[in-house]
Amino acid sequence: MSGPPGTLEDLRSLVEDVTFPRAREWKEGGGKVIGSFPVYAPMEVVHAAGMLPVYLFGAGGGVEIEAADSRIQSFVCSITRSTLELGLRGNLEAFDGLVFTNICDVARNLSGIFARNFPGKLVEYLHLPQNVGSSMAVDYMTGELRRLLASLQRMNGGPVTRERLAHSVAVFEENRALVRQLYEVRATAPWLLPAHEAYLLVRAGGLLPKEEHTQLLRTALADIRARTNRSMDKMRILLIGSFCEQPPITLLRGIEDAGCYVVDDDLALGLRFIERPLAANGDPLRTLAEGFVRGAANSSVCHSVRPKTEWLLERARALRVNGVLFCTAKFCEPALYDYVPYKQVLDKAGIPSLHVEFEEKMTAFEQARTQVETFAESVLFE
Amino acid sequence: MTATATTVPQDAGKTLQRDMLAKYYGALETANEKGEPVAYLFIPGNIVELTRCFDFHAVYPEINALQCGIKKVAGDNIVRAEDLGYSSDVCGYVKNDVGLMLADRQSPFGKIPKPDLLVCNYSGCNTFIKWFEALAHFYGSEFFLLDLPYVRGTGILDGDVAYVVEQLRELIERCEARTGIAFSEVRLREILARSREAEELWVQILRLAQERPSPFDSYFEAVFYMAPINILRGTRECVDYYRHVLAEMQTRRDDRRGPVPEEKFRIVVEGPPPWPHFRAFWELFKRWGAVAVASTYSKVGGLYDPGVRHDPARPRESIAEYAMGSYTNWNLAKRADLLRRYVEEYEADALVIHSVKSCRSFSVGQADFREEFVNELGIPTLMVESDLADPRYFQEAQLRNRIDAFFESLTQRRLTGAVA
Repeated sequence: MSGPPGTLEDLRSLVEDVTFPRAREWKEGGGKVIGSFPVYAPMEVVHAAGMLPVYLFGAGGGVEIEAADSRIQSFVCSITRSTLELGLRGNLEAFDGLVFTNICDVARNLSGIFARNFPGKLVEYLHLPQNVGSSMAVDYMTGELRRLLASLQRMNGGPVTRERLAHSVAVFEENRALVRQLYEVRATAPWLLPAHEAYLLVRAGGLLPKEEHTQLLRTALADIRARTNRSMDKMRILLIGSFCEQPPITLLRGIEDAGCYVVDDDLALGLRFIERPLAANGDPLRTLAEGFVRGAANSSVCHSVRPKTEWLLERARALRVNGVLFCTAKFCEPALYDYVPYKQVLDKAGIPSLHVEFEEKMTAFEQARTQVETFAESVLFE
Repeated sequence: MTATATTVPQDAGKTLQRDMLAKYYGALETANEKGEPVAYLFIPGNIVELTRCFDFHAVYPEINALQCGIKKVAGDNIVRAEDLGYSSDVCGYVKNDVGLMLADRQSPFGKIPKPDLLVCNYSGCNTFIKWFEALAHFYGSEFFLLDLPYVRGTGILDGDVAYVVEQLRELIERCEARTGIAFSEVRLREILARSREAEELWVQILRLAQERPSPFDSYFEAVFYMAPINILRGTRECVDYYRHVLAEMQTRRDDRRGPVPEEKFRIVVEGPPPWPHFRAFWELFKRWGAVAVASTYSKVGGLYDPGVRHDPARPRESIAEYAMGSYTNWNLAKRADLLRRYVEEYEADALVIHSVKSCRSFSVGQADFREEFVNELGIPTLMVESDLADPRYFQEAQLRNRIDAFFESLTQRRLTGAVA
């Protein structure tokens, strides 16, 4: 087996490798691999079934879209097209199944395209509750988790005990707590941990076995806390809109180099979607369902009883940001819809904002960088 | 074959509908000032029977958007919304609605009232949620999200029905609190009985397209005839309307009259029409003698022909099943199977897909349908692209070339015996 990635370059190589070497190794070792399409999927259940959960995030520009062109129109986001391309090119051969959820119409229908084109794989579509205010939302979601578990059990030919489920929920909970610590560092001392580094550390958690990633995070956190970097005169920004398709790492670095501390973001949000610690209730699946219904992260793909605009203002004020950067994927409807009310409340509150759009295959970063530089300068020197 | 004029005369069914819609929009104009409650709803899977129990006026922003498209004001509305910050890549219906709001809700068919309650019947379209979240932000109106699970297997799951029924109970409480009207199960059953009656009649009409020639175009005309069942379902006048249309279509059948002088090709159409260029688009098919014998867009308000029905004997359960059983809430395999059955049952020569950028709920998966229909089922399939609301996406010359080439090849195949 490969060892844990040691350097930032190792992490980047791992995240950008669209041949999924760790998934292939797992498969070659006789295990099963289940992938998930963003944003969130309850991968604790996959872990409990003894399978390797892998969080897919498209190809990040790592493949040319050719075969997928005949099956998905050009007005659809890159991540959808590239994920299908990975499948059609055989890059997902190690995967025994894929999990999709109701984040948007495109992702939902992509599940159907996968089901038809890959009849040998398990394609599970979970309809996660959007009416989180309903008294039945937890029951309903528990039912969806049981359905997923039943599919995985059929695949494995054996039951998954409650103890195993509880163990997996605890393993993921421990991991999320460490990820939260990374974000705490970013919010309090962003000069210690650049956003792109934190991002790579979190993304690795979607590719490595969870226990191994937890160990990686412990080592990384100790290292980060020991750093002696000094604070620089940079703008504190909140980056939102990248909860599904991920911006190129070069763009993230460009934003930071242009004079920003990204003190919080929604990058790879699915890996930390349950924000609050879980309250165990004796039934691990119900615990997880409650965690989703009562403690999900704010995102454009999940309805919240409280208006999202209130969340944004509260978050921006709590983090004392100088501005908000909307960093949205081309054609990403949920993010593009929310942009308008978000921008309105920010304008009203006197919080500057900027909108930058990206695509997986983008290669010219200068324009975006210049935009951010101008934005940072105008805010810092006003 | 009996010759008729190329354009169907403005017959009585159409005149009647015009009067009904004028009355509907007329009542909306004064709703706010009279203090009458207004609920906004979406078309697919809506629960209007329930809001009728509380005397809500029903406003359907999708209907307003398509009307604006036909009246050629959608383009201006869309530009207004884009000036506010909406992207050129999001749904034209949403932008039309926001643009209409920015124009003080003054439409060519009257002033649209503000919402008191936004009932987001989330059936087969995530954009619905974003749309009404935005309206809740702009208007400060009460929002209720009716979460309708996607049909993810072969049918609706029991747990899904229970979840929706519980939400209906919660919605009833909210409606009672807002209007001060006590919920009446008896009244709901009466309304549902009228819905069912109209649904039965509508299905009888749709099935007449199995005749040769088809007495009407089951896309270009059916999307017109579907308006009352989408807007006025549950009312007596809606039932009367379909009784009238059925009689009219039976007469057309008896007279062997159809929408074109000679029916040369029978097609099944998938996807919404380009409302701002509706006539021009229809002409591209008429000139080939192509008649739609079945379509999916005419079923967005309810998949009644495969059997979905409101049922006064099972009021809440049947509302839940209807709401989840809307076309875009079906998974792609079920959608493809329905299209295949339409081709068989209506003896169609081809499948035509009109893919619209605005509505990814409809359009993502259509290219894969084409792969399946052409390569695996051997059914000739044409896929063309434009938009349902945004007039800027309609490239007539390009569409004409594609459509002409397709029917030329169908003609050729027929001559050479390649097509039965």
